[in-house]
Amino acid sequence: MSDKTMTADEAVSRLASGMTLGIGGWGSRRKPMALVRALLRSEITDLTVVAYGGPDIGMLAAAGRIRKLVAAFVTLDSVPLEPHFRAARERGAFELMEVDEAMFMWGLRAAANRLPFLPVRAGIGSDVMRVNPALRTVTSPYDDGETFAAMPALRLDAAFVHVNRADRLGNGQYLGPDPYFDDLFCEAADTAYVSCERLVDTAELTKDAPPQTLLVGRHVVTGVIEAPNGAHFTSCAPDYGRDEAFQKRYATTPWPQFAARYLSGDEGAYQSAVREGS
Amino acid sequence: MSGVTRTEYCVIACAEAWRGAGEILASPMGLIPSLGARLARWTFSPDLLLTDGEAMLVGLDGTPEGWLPYRRHLALVTGGRRHVMMGASQLDRHGNQNISCVGDWERPRRQLLGVRGAPVNTVNHATSYWVPKHSRRVFVEKVDMVCGVGYDRVAEHPAAARFHRIARVVSDLGVFDFATPDRSMRLASLHPGVTVEQVGEATGFGLAVPDEVPYTREPTEAELRLIREVIDPENTRAREVRG
Repeated sequence: MSDKTMTADEAVSRLASGMTLGIGGWGSRRKPMALVRALLRSEITDLTVVAYGGPDIGMLAAAGRIRKLVAAFVTLDSVPLEPHFRAARERGAFELMEVDEAMFMWGLRAAANRLPFLPVRAGIGSDVMRVNPALRTVTSPYDDGETFAAMPALRLDAAFVHVNRADRLGNGQYLGPDPYFDDLFCEAADTAYVSCERLVDTAELTKDAPPQTLLVGRHVVTGVIEAPNGAHFTSCAPDYGRDEAFQKRYATTPWPQFAARYLSGDEGAYQSAVREGS
Repeated sequence: MSGVTRTEYCVIACAEAWRGAGEILASPMGLIPSLGARLARWTFSPDLLLTDGEAMLVGLDGTPEGWLPYRRHLALVTGGRRHVMMGASQLDRHGNQNISCVGDWERPRRQLLGVRGAPVNTVNHATSYWVPKHSRRVFVEKVDMVCGVGYDRVAEHPAAARFHRIARVVSDLGVFDFATPDRSMRLASLHPGVTVEQVGEATGFGLAVPDEVPYTREPTEAELRLIREVIDPENTRAREVRG
């Protein structure tokens, strides 16, 4: 069996500019930030990013890496509006495919199931249809004849997700209350990179946790990255909560200053800078 | 107990949205709707489901009784067993709601949250809105981006309209519904101390106003005690609405 462990930089080196990248987590929760930080250290740009957006989007937008964003929202949760995403949108920095949360999920499901689209009632009557003129509708072939939005598959070249535990083969485990849609991101992607708080032996995954915590299967995983505190400053329950003080600093510090202080070195340098505080 | 505050009338008005709702999920967004949902469950809607704001369904004392991560939450939405009370950055006379952005969508003057789940909510189950500061900036002639679908827009899609219902809008000035022949917004009650003129001045479109506008109902002694001593003893409610 193949050992899929690699570093975050190795994972990023397999990507290319212009790709479609899905990022797991939700808002400012269990975001694969160590992988995002590695991406920020690379030259990769011109990305189509697909996410239930949080600071991953804010940072990539601030750094000018996004050509197109597919999202239903971007938020830091305890800070409702993501400042860098806002600024980027207000200066027209990238293209946006703005869809509803449920439409987004069905787009991932369609991709995971190798379907071109799935019908959804969501979107009907709203301006989601107006601002996405490429969105088609589909009529039920049965007697009801209802018209639905045909949510296109959100097929991804690559996916980044962060989980609590993983083994070397790529089996990923979440121990918090919500799986979000991380398994779907991996299934919708041609390649998926799973970072984890702690790399463990396969047997250890189910030693103290029930089998349904095994969220991501190795058959859809390309690389496994051990990244302790790798979701920082977003939450990674039960290992740690959101670093609210640091998030506030992120939200209120001008981007060039924040990037110079925290993102000019490698992940180790980032984690040291976080420990040192302001 | 006496001296009912404006905020407490708002809590009562929000709670009333879930009266007789049965065994459905109450999804309050924001502080006052959350207090209202809890009050409803404590009193006249004991079967309501509540969440801890994360992935658990919980009782009034916080005891978990179910699991509701986002993916199951979305399934519950489309199954219809939910009544959400959302915020609104803009709201028009037909109940179209915007939380996405202000200005042209292509290049917004103010980027807000995004459409979030407003499109899926409004064509699948009952929706109400909470506006803590009633003004012409919120109650507008035309919203810049229709996120939550209003009565005029859904009328063009009869199949989706089956599941569409905007139950009420609660603001710091009063309660509004759509009980008019053309389903446009109507002043349903004024919070005590507010006048029809005040509401009219703060609203950017012509509201339907009945000849006799009642006041928002008084809380009972028991309800007031619940709000003040059990549900919100720290008086966090005072932060959201003045008076």
